[in-house]
Amino acid sequence: MSTSTDKLTQGNGPSHAKHRSGQYVLGYLLSLVLTAISFALALTHAMHVAPLMIVMTILAGFQIVVQLFFFMHVTEGDGPPYHSLALILGLIFTFAIALMSVWIMGFGSQVS
Amino acid sequence: MPAALKQFTDTYLMWNEGYLIWISDILIALTSIGIVATLTYFKKWKWLWKEWLTSVDHKRIGIMYLIAALLMMFRGGADAMLLRTQLASPNSHFLTAEHYDQIFTTHGTIMILFMAMPMIFAMFNIVVPLQIGARDVAFPYLNAISFWLFFFGAMLFNISFVFGGSPDAGWVSYPPLTELGFDKGPGENFYLLSLQISGIGSIATGINFLATILKMRAPGMKLMRMPLFTWSVVAASIVIIFAFPALTIALALLMLDRIVGTHFFTMLHGGDPMMFVNLFWIWGHPEVYIVVLPAFGVFSEVVATFARKRIFGYTSMVASLLLISVISYFVWAHHFFTMGAGADVNTFFAVASMMVAIPTGVKVFNWLFTMFRGRISFELPMLWTLAFVPNFIIGGATGVMLAVAPADYQYHNSYFLIAHFHQVLIAGPVFGLIAGMYFWWPKMFGFKLDEKIGRIAFWLFNIGFYVCFMPQYALGFKGMQRRMYTYPAGMGWHTLNLISTIGAYIMGLGFLFIVVQIVYSIKYGERDLTGDPWNGRTLEWSLPSPAPHYNFAVIPTVTDRDMLWVMKQEGREGELRRINPDAIADIHMPKNSGRPFLMGLAFFVAGFGFVFNWYVLAVIGLVGVALTMILRAFEWDDEYHILAEEVREVEAALGRL
Ligand code: HEM
Repeated sequence: MSTSTDKLTQGNGPSHAKHRSGQYVLGYLLSLVLTAISFALALTHAMHVAPLMIVMTILAGFQIVVQLFFFMHVTEGDGPPYHSLALILGLIFTFAIALMSVWIMGFGSQVS
Repeated sequence: MPAALKQFTDTYLMWNEGYLIWISDILIALTSIGIVATLTYFKKWKWLWKEWLTSVDHKRIGIMYLIAALLMMFRGGADAMLLRTQLASPNSHFLTAEHYDQIFTTHGTIMILFMAMPMIFAMFNIVVPLQIGARDVAFPYLNAISFWLFFFGAMLFNISFVFGGSPDAGWVSYPPLTELGFDKGPGENFYLLSLQISGIGSIATGINFLATILKMRAPGMKLMRMPLFTWSVVAASIVIIFAFPALTIALALLMLDRIVGTHFFTMLHGGDPMMFVNLFWIWGHPEVYIVVLPAFGVFSEVVATFARKRIFGYTSMVASLLLISVISYFVWAHHFFTMGAGADVNTFFAVASMMVAIPTGVKVFNWLFTMFRGRISFELPMLWTLAFVPNFIIGGATGVMLAVAPADYQYHNSYFLIAHFHQVLIAGPVFGLIAGMYFWWPKMFGFKLDEKIGRIAFWLFNIGFYVCFMPQYALGFKGMQRRMYTYPAGMGWHTLNLISTIGAYIMGLGFLFIVVQIVYSIKYGERDLTGDPWNGRTLEWSLPSPAPHYNFAVIPTVTDRDMLWVMKQEGREGELRRINPDAIADIHMPKNSGRPFLMGLAFFVAGFGFVFNWYVLAVIGLVGVALTMILRAFEWDDEYHILAEEVREVEAALGRL
């Protein structure tokens, strides 16, 4: 990085050229299919509530993976791996918040 | 008046509700006419559009945030004066119960989301790129979108006052009260949609600044060489990115309940209103850290500058910023200890809440140690910083009292709580951002704000603060609950309330003095010709005031923390202030664009449509949003070069070659 040339277009290096549109289309289709499956399962009451919730959670997990790989290119990038750090932090927060919410809101089963 | 017209004015303009509305209508009309007339008379429309509304320059966007935040502070403050006037005496009928509800709701929402948030974003924008030696933020176009989403979100919220009716369920907007069955009016929809729209902008700002700081620092500026304000922005951005989605979800689900008829938060059909409370505070508690962390950053810069000493314990400052931003996620249930989640839950969150006091204490001690044996000069930014310390300590101590879960069953929703959170919110974000405003004002505008008037404002605001809020702790102990619109005479609350109201008026007067100070200084303020009015320590003070459009003609290479200060010690600051003409190259800059503004407008139209369930309007707005996005996707030519020759001319005119 030279000091005096432009600072605003960093990252527009050659690595961006290699994304073909096919990758995006594939990702888009995958995410549509995943969404469709979960909607279908929910609307047709295909299973009992408890297993349904587990299946939906797993589908949601796949959805995240699809987004990360096809649209956000987690595996690429130059410079320090800040994005991996951010992802790990995000995972910690998500799990902590979700699990703690279950814990906090668990009182409902005792009250009602 | 024809019946149809009367129907319209009563339903939407609320003209049947009395003189407060009429006065507001007239004032708004006069102000609008005044603005339009002035702009037309001075032929400034084109200037406004070209230089400001379409600007993607972080400095301009920052200034627009600042102006918006000050206006919103005025609105929120006016609300506060109305509330306090109502409470000054028992059995008062100045406001009705409905009006009181609406006003505390708009006061709270505006102060936090439309005053504190834009104020911190103003500081982010004005300071961060200059401090890290960058020419703009990572995504300048997105930055403009963020601003206009905030702006039109705030407009949508404010317009509810004179069109359709204000929200009235508190700034937390808990169901079941906010479900359609109990709250039909459009007010609640205004709340949901305006927060949603400005929330999108806030998330984008968080991402933008994190990317800017991680990716665009000047060569040599390692993370541990960054100024502490920039560090505080890192911490705040992390919190924004991970906390705001919870608000988005909570608002979206509540909106579905109201518009589509789902049952996420209803009492029946499997809904659970407390789930909203839970989601709201997953965002809500981190939110108060979002607004206080940048204030901590400001204090760190100010203390070091005005004590003429390197900040004490830099590493522990950074660590405590990051620790606060992580711990702030794990305390949210302390806002609803009384829900009855059980002793185990309450114990966990009580202890977590108390833990926040540790890193905060570390920071306070570090500021004090920095001042110790420093050559302190008491200019305005330093005054507000000094006033912050005792004030925030009292607020923090009462916070720890509230964190004791069993005791909170007594304090919960009483005036003790009101006094506590005003104390931390005013001493932290408000004092901090006022200090920051004074500190960086010369950098923004090229002149200082008048010291004398500023001192009057400072003392009025500070004395007013204690007079207003100290009695409220006592009122809380005497059993006065928050959100009461009036109280009977025999409760023994009258004197304390009266004192509190007087204090509020003194603070209001203090704010007016700040306005006077700004107006006076525009004409008579001391001009800043050096670009370094405070004998500063960090890179932004090596630039002229106001900084040129491209910030740095040549990006400096950083070898030290407090770069400018170190160079001053070594007598080398000229290296930053004198540019070698041959080192100047063409500069690549983003082009201005009107689309962020139009996108904000389209969001406003869509939001307005949803508020009244006018779906045609909503669809028109959404189509507008989509159009602006598509147009952007096909825009190829969005950058230009400032030629080296031009840069040399500008720098030569500034006397820097
Ligand atoms: C001039 C200074 C201020 C005065 C006199 C003032 C006064 C008040 C009053 C009277 C209430 C209503 C209490 C009740 O009836 O429950 C209130 C509520 C509130 N204020 Fe302030 N306030 C001031 C500044 C601020 C600031 C700077 C903030 C935030 C940054 C803020 C945030 C809030 C919030 C969040 C509420 C709660 C609203 C609700 O109950 O939903 N206030 N304030």
